[in-house]
This record gives sequence, structure tokens and C-alpha cells, in this order.
Amino acid sequence: MSELAAILVATVLVNNFVLVKFLGLCPFMGVSRKLETATGMALATTFVLTLSAACSYLVETWLLAPLGLGYLRTIAFILVIAAVVQFTEMVVRRSSPMLYQVLGIYLPLITTNCAVLGVALLNVQEAHSFLESLFYGFGAALGFALVMILFAGVRERVAVADVPAPFQGAAIALITAGLMALAFLGFAGLVKG
Amino acid sequence: MITAILTVTGLAAIFGLLLGYTAVRFRTQGDPVADQIESLLPQTQCGQCSYAGCRPYAEAIAAGEAEINRCPPGGESGIRALADLLDREFVPLDPEAGEEKPRAVAVIDEDRCIGCTLCIQACPVDAILGTGKHMHTVIADECTGCDLCLPPCPVDCIDMVPIGTDIETWTWPKPADSQPPGPAARLSGAA
Repeated sequence: MSELAAILVATVLVNNFVLVKFLGLCPFMGVSRKLETATGMALATTFVLTLSAACSYLVETWLLAPLGLGYLRTIAFILVIAAVVQFTEMVVRRSSPMLYQVLGIYLPLITTNCAVLGVALLNVQEAHSFLESLFYGFGAALGFALVMILFAGVRERVAVADVPAPFQGAAIALITAGLMALAFLGFAGLVKG
Repeated sequence: MITAILTVTGLAAIFGLLLGYTAVRFRTQGDPVADQIESLLPQTQCGQCSYAGCRPYAEAIAAGEAEINRCPPGGESGIRALADLLDREFVPLDPEAGEEKPRAVAVIDEDRCIGCTLCIQACPVDAILGTGKHMHTVIADECTGCDLCLPPCPVDCIDMVPIGTDIETWTWPKPADSQPPGPAARLSGAA
């Protein structure tokens, strides 16, 4: 149990996928202009990440490993992720058309969110069990959501701040992201993970 | 080699079937966003927004092709509701589309009407009753006050009569109109 808790803390804070491993930066920069959108994106990604971590674990253990098809891992995982994303898209479209419109292209782009594939591949690399994989995926997703919402909150304030002209727009956003990454370095060594 | 091909094909087939099932299960009909926008529009079908009616305008807004400030009958409150729904900034009414007017109904002066049926063809909601060479009249409950019957009338026998406040249409004055300046206004006034 404490093992699982350690995985959660490690993935959310210490090895945060966005700010420490620098995976999944595309939606991090793209959809973080408004808090509401960022929250929606965070929720959608949480769902996809957790589900695809579990599915790809099953595919790896029951299909690829017994048949000795380790070299097909990447393409098989991409297939899994694409299917999960497609499923999420349909559900979001049905349950919240407004969110569907706001997320726009970024929703199908979760497929190419490298954090999602990264989690699936790291699970195999670190030989996690099913529960560990699930928590690893969920932790990564929570970390993504946390950073995403924090960053959107900061950006909403920066948007009304008096930023010098050369730093406006993407420049100040990247600087903010860099400062947040520095802050997250402070968690290093909190949990071995 | 064969196993590899079969595995990937099998995986793809399974996911395809699952997604196919979900697509049927979670089917969405029409455009839910356009539906929500349309429910906020006043349904006068007046065409002042330069679209053929409220539905086409709602679809254009949903597709991002039209601004939200082109509906004079909806007025400022309508634009605010749209801005709220779509999470956009409020923009004042586009003067090109027209100006906000109190709601009115068309009334045909029956002595002057020559029974030409031109206004019947112009009415988007079929609120005008009559036939050739017989006088026409307007069903007041159906009339949306869109003004579209005015231009075709050859004898100018149609008047737009504003709906006055009677016991049916009277409402309490809105808080914003009757209240003295709120705390925010007073603060900015002091500063």
C-alpha cells in the first residue's frame, strides 16, 4: 500500500511528467490560456492516461510478452491510446458539447501527447504490476492536471499584468513554465521514485 | 511474422468493434452547441443578422463564422447571454445589423388593405391571414415583430405598434436600473 502511495507522490510531485520529465508540453502550453479549458483538458487527459496505462499493461502482459512481440510495443500502444482517445472524444461530445468545442483539436491531439505514450512505455521498462501501472498512470495524470490548473491560474493573472512588449504572449508563458519547473525541483528527493 | 501481423490486425479489429459500438451508443444528433445557441435567440426570424433565420444564425455562431452581436431583437441582454454561454467577451450590438427596439406587433389597417397577399409571402412565421382581393389581418400572438412585411406592402397599410406594458407583460424593474450606484461604482468614483 505504501508502495502505491509512494508511486503516487513520486509521479505527481517529484517526477512530474510535465515539469520534471518535460513530456506533454503541447497541451500544457496550448490549452492553458483559460482556467476552465485547462480544467476540462486536465480531466480528459486524466481519464485517457489512467485508462490507457491499464489497457497497455494488459496488452503487454497478455499479448506482446507471451508472443515475444516486444518490438511491436510502440505501435500497439499507440493503437490502444488512439482507441481510448476516440472513446473519450465520443463521451465528451455527448456529455458536454461546450467543452468539446472549447477543447477542439486538442482533444484528438491527446493521442500524440507524449506523456500518455511515455507512461505506457515506462510502465513496461520499470516492470510494474497491474496495480502499480494503474497508479503510475493515475499519478502521472494527477500531476499533469495539477500543473495544468496551476499554470492556467498563473497565466490568467499574467494576461492582465503589465508585461514588457518583447516578453508578451508565448515568451512570458515559457518563462513562467520554467520558473514552475524550478519550483518543482524542490520536491526532488522527497520520495525515491 | 504471421503472429505479428495477426496480433496487430486482431488488436485493431477489437478496438474497431468497441469504438463502433460506442459510436452507436453515444450518438449525438445534430449540433448540440447550435441547439443551445438557438434557444437563446429571440426566434423572430427577422433576418437582420443577414442570415435567413435564427437557426442558420445559431449554426453560423457555433461554427465560428458569425459574431454574437448581430441580433437586434435579442438586444444587449441577448448578447450577454450568448457571451456567457460561449465564454466570450461581451461586444455591443453591431449597428450594421440594426438597433434594439421595443417589441412590437404588426397591425394591418384593414380599410386600406387591397388584398395583394405580398405581406403573407414575406412573413417568416405565417402570422398573416388572408387571401387574394380580400383584406388581411395579423394574428398578434404569432407575430414576432420582425418588420419584414413592411417593405413589400404597396399601400403602406401595415403599422408596427409597440406592445405596451399591460397586466400580462409588466415586470418588476431590473435591480440594475433602479438601484443607486453599487459599491464598485462608488469605489471607482472615489478613486
